[in-house]
Amino acid sequence: MLDHKPTQKTLVEVDGLKLYFPITAGLFRSKVGDVKAVDGVSFSIFEGETLGLVGESGCGKSTCGRALLRLYDVTAGSIRIGGVDIAKLSADALRRMRPTMQMVFQDPQASLNPRMTVAGIIGEPLDEHTTLNRAEKLARIYELMDAVGLSRDFANRYPHAFSGGQRQRIGIARALALNPKFIVCDEPIAALDVSIQAQVVNLLEELQDRLGLTYLFISHDLSMVRHIADRVAVMYLGQIVELASREALYGSPKHPYTQALLSAVPEPNPEHEANRRRIILTGDVPSPANPPEGCNFCTRCPKVMDICRKVEPVSREIEPGRFVACHLYETTTTAGATAAPEASGANSLSTNNTTTQQGV
Amino acid sequence: MPDGANSVLYVEGLKTVFKVRGGEVHAVNSVSFDLKPGELLGVVGESGSGKSVTMMSLLGLLPSPPAEVREGRVIFDGRDLLQCSPAELRAVRGLGVGFIFQDPMTSLNPVFTVGFQIMEPLRRHLGMNKEAARKRAQELLELVNIPDAAQRLGDYPHQFSGGMRQRVMIAIALACDPKVLIADEPTTALDVTIQAQILELIRELRQKLGMAIVWITHDLGVIAGIADRVIVMYGGQIVEQAPVGELFARPRHPYTRALLQTVPSVLGERAPKLKVIEGQPPMLTATPTACPFRPRCAQAFDRCARENPARRAVGRGHDVACFWDFDSNGPVAAAESAANA
Repeated sequence: MLDHKPTQKTLVEVDGLKLYFPITAGLFRSKVGDVKAVDGVSFSIFEGETLGLVGESGCGKSTCGRALLRLYDVTAGSIRIGGVDIAKLSADALRRMRPTMQMVFQDPQASLNPRMTVAGIIGEPLDEHTTLNRAEKLARIYELMDAVGLSRDFANRYPHAFSGGQRQRIGIARALALNPKFIVCDEPIAALDVSIQAQVVNLLEELQDRLGLTYLFISHDLSMVRHIADRVAVMYLGQIVELASREALYGSPKHPYTQALLSAVPEPNPEHEANRRRIILTGDVPSPANPPEGCNFCTRCPKVMDICRKVEPVSREIEPGRFVACHLYETTTTAGATAAPEASGANSLSTNNTTTQQGV
Repeated sequence: MPDGANSVLYVEGLKTVFKVRGGEVHAVNSVSFDLKPGELLGVVGESGSGKSVTMMSLLGLLPSPPAEVREGRVIFDGRDLLQCSPAELRAVRGLGVGFIFQDPMTSLNPVFTVGFQIMEPLRRHLGMNKEAARKRAQELLELVNIPDAAQRLGDYPHQFSGGMRQRVMIAIALACDPKVLIADEPTTALDVTIQAQILELIRELRQKLGMAIVWITHDLGVIAGIADRVIVMYGGQIVEQAPVGELFARPRHPYTRALLQTVPSVLGERAPKLKVIEGQPPMLTATPTACPFRPRCAQAFDRCARENPARRAVGRGHDVACFWDFDSNGPVAAAESAANA
């Protein structure tokens, strides 16, 4: 993908990432199909920035984040972190790469071992990847606890003694232990209360400023992503439908799905709410085991055209640094010019019918 | 401050205590509110603020022990629900008051068809025969916009998606035409686009059926969109009550103000840094004798540690439980708040 700010250095480069989970059936577990959790995703993350990855549950955003750190073996595509393609690394080489890339998990309750003390949890990466002695390790653990705002007195306590927000701080301290460059935050605030969410988000931002971290921030909370991310990618059914800078995406969303998604977010302002034009999508997300032909969004799209049901749109850069995968924005290109008149002319009646039906 | 006249539901001084190992948890403390016919009352608060427990206490839905409703009156249909026998309460649940739970995945019984589960209250409370109940069940599924209603009656919950299951839950709650519908975080487990569908459905149903609704949520955005009046709960108490426009425009409790500032938005200016409420919500091991928000409050002064503020009126239908007056930016005179209480 083209770099819109050539001065910035790319840290993570994902190209054509695919991750399929096999569906097996019968006595011999023979393969009968694939769940296309991530289906041809390409993007890059610049050093020191936060890329937000948003989408509804089941769209493949978490799987994508995990695949990026190769917690799953990818089906196809490449993931370059700091120039090394980790999609094809051997287990040994991958392990040596681990300190540069870490993860903060969604559920702070489930991602901390209840039988380990806080010091044990934060110190475990140090045990695995460094040769620090006991005193050095403890000093580092204390340093990390200070960095995330946990009192040093808590070092010998167990996770159950902490609240959700504090547990998430422990998870963040663990992720920071090896001085990583890149952290995948997989819904780090979804399990927390509103007043605690802000605390954790501010902590993540502070740490980024101080340590120059690069984040992939996965969330379904569009308003929080607007706050923390520099650029935002919107996923739908395993594909990125739109990728743009924060201002561009929230200011004038281009893809019909992004438009619907943003209009569905309730605003904490009764006056705005009363006057807002909402796009209500009908139906549910199709199954990723059996995605529709053509565009993945064609079953729910309020602006669906005939071509959408036949041809899969490709992601193109419609403005500098702005990528949209939608036939609506293809009219200027040669490929779209031949296909578009056919769709808008002869079949306009059926197109109209569908839109009214969907609007009901 | 509620008055009993012309309200469908009137709650006064409700107090619910959980007995736990090593003591008690005072989850609900002297909660009073009322619900007018046809209005949508939003209840906001963080987890543990007592909003769900309050509503469950009304209908005796909490297991006892450990829960115990210690004090209070709940007037519905001219009767005090807290004094009712279990049989009378069973008639109120479903028939007079419908309840929608948070998680549509776990609140439907997986081994019965959806049709059976919708027909159950109809046959039990209204004494309908199978045929009439089936017809009504189909109407209800159509009412909540489920396509192919007649066929879908024979399906099991696992054959429905999350949003569809929540529609089924709403159909069950509406089966006997209740006067009051209590919705406990009905959209929290759903995606935003599905949440928008459910909110639209509720708006539509209110116009058609005109029942009063209590909507529990922690999402201020949802409240802004659908509620007429809002109650804010913190530490098992109602700290502020106001009409929805008034609450968002002129919040009078430090907690409400802070809460409104911590929530980022998808429109308007983007703040460079999020405001935070420092600290943790309280654990209530005894009846509060001081303001529960005091440790996290920027306005707290010595009086807040001495007494628990009572609710005082600050405008039309607007009351707040706080000793601080944001109009004069100073403490409320002791005599004034005593007179109001």
